[in-house]
Amino acid sequence: MEQFNNRNVAEGGYYLVDIEDYPTDGWGKFKRVVKRSFKGELFVGLWVVLREMIRFDIHTISYPEEKMPIGPRYRAIHEMKRLWESDTERCIGCGLCEKICISDCIRMDTKIDEESRKEVSEYTINLGRCIFCGYCAEVCPELAITHGGEYENASDQREHFVEYADMLTPLDTMKANAQKEFDGFGAITPHEDERVKKTPLSY
Amino acid sequence: MDNAYLIETVIKVVVILLIFSALAGIGTYFERKVLAFMQRRLGPMNVGPFGLLQVGADGIKLFTKEDIIPTNVVAPIFKIAPVITAATAFMAAAAIPFLPAFTVFGYEVHPIVADINIGILYVLGVMAVGLFGPLLGGMASANKFSLLSAARAAAVFISYEVVTGLSILAPIMMVGSLSLIDFNNYQIENGWIVWSQPVAFILFWIAAFAETGRTPFHLIANDHEIIDGFGTEYSGMRWGLFFIGEYANMFFISFVIPIIFLGGFGDGSVLGALALLGKMAFFFFFFLWTRAAWPDVRPDQLMWLCWKVLMPVAVINVVITGFVMMF
Repeated sequence: MEQFNNRNVAEGGYYLVDIEDYPTDGWGKFKRVVKRSFKGELFVGLWVVLREMIRFDIHTISYPEEKMPIGPRYRAIHEMKRLWESDTERCIGCGLCEKICISDCIRMDTKIDEESRKEVSEYTINLGRCIFCGYCAEVCPELAITHGGEYENASDQREHFVEYADMLTPLDTMKANAQKEFDGFGAITPHEDERVKKTPLSY
Repeated sequence: MDNAYLIETVIKVVVILLIFSALAGIGTYFERKVLAFMQRRLGPMNVGPFGLLQVGADGIKLFTKEDIIPTNVVAPIFKIAPVITAATAFMAAAAIPFLPAFTVFGYEVHPIVADINIGILYVLGVMAVGLFGPLLGGMASANKFSLLSAARAAAVFISYEVVTGLSILAPIMMVGSLSLIDFNNYQIENGWIVWSQPVAFILFWIAAFAETGRTPFHLIANDHEIIDGFGTEYSGMRWGLFFIGEYANMFFISFVIPIIFLGGFGDGSVLGALALLGKMAFFFFFFLWTRAAWPDVRPDQLMWLCWKVLMPVAVINVVITGFVMMF
């Protein structure tokens, strides 16, 4: 993982390539040709590719068998999380995700249940329309909708793109205490507790 | 002409055809693997162990693909063009001694179809006729890019024919024969020709790249145009024939260069035969190597290189060789 996080590609720092002036007259062009022909630049190129072949430092990932590790901020298919305490869905039906979704792919229906609590009766994300911008995960006050790492969602059926049950953490995963908390896009940052302020009313 | 000779010749022709058709396929495998390794990729991996059966998969695909003759093409010429490329490539093999003579069940076999006294001239001439494949194919294709590519191919081939001929002239003067067998025998006594004719060797090598249309001079099927040059309108086995022709040509020219300049198969021992195969393998590998390392040159640069640099150098080389031989 660390090697992917390292963005300092030019370790030795960048430097300007020394480019000579373009020759204008015939004699200059001739001199350049002679210089290039006998400088052995062609052999430098040959040596570079041969060196890579001998080194055999292959960077191919044979994809279906091997996969790249992906970062926690990767935004793939959404996951609907459950509460640790009660195993019920975290979603409180506030509708913020539906409101903020810029490609209009989230639809939800809510009702008041018998205990006069708001309950989500329908929740769909049309993954065929979703652009995976992450706004829904960012706006969610309960960390109920998050992005997961599952990106293999090709299908020839549109219905496969809207299955809510697939996104919801299964109950047996909850029973096994195996729900993975999300530390990616829109999640609470590690030192949030120290930075949180009281509401203005109290001071 | 006795029957034994006839049967022997037919067998040799069939063996050469089979071996080099197969080699052309395996050549594509090697090309993909070598290029991949040089670019830190793996190349074909999934069909068979290490992707070895990829050649077979490609063959099945080429053979079973629909043979499309587009509208507006000149159908007879369009159909015959790939055959010209493949056929001339294999015809050129007739005068190449692939191995020294060996004995099987008391019968002496010369692994050359016909040791004609104009050997090298025949090889180069027939290879040059291969030019008509891309030229006719491109012109008959009813496609502007194919036409441009055909024009480019004709220009490149004709120009480099001059360099090939002139560069080979100096060794021919020294050997005093055109037969490749005589070239080989000359080098047993007098050492490799490359030591006495290094300039001719390099010129011939450069020209070989243009003759086979390989990467520094890969202008025939110009990759910069995204499409495949004269082969744009071709599909299936017709396109495959162009491919087989190109790769067979690469193998044959990889045989010809060591035979002319690098001692060939030497005195005819097993070691000499293996050495020839090794040299051939190196030259074939070099074709792939340059493809990974070097960029293509522009057509005008190619013409400039041919007419203003290589041809004068070749002529001077011939003149100097003549003077040295005279005095």
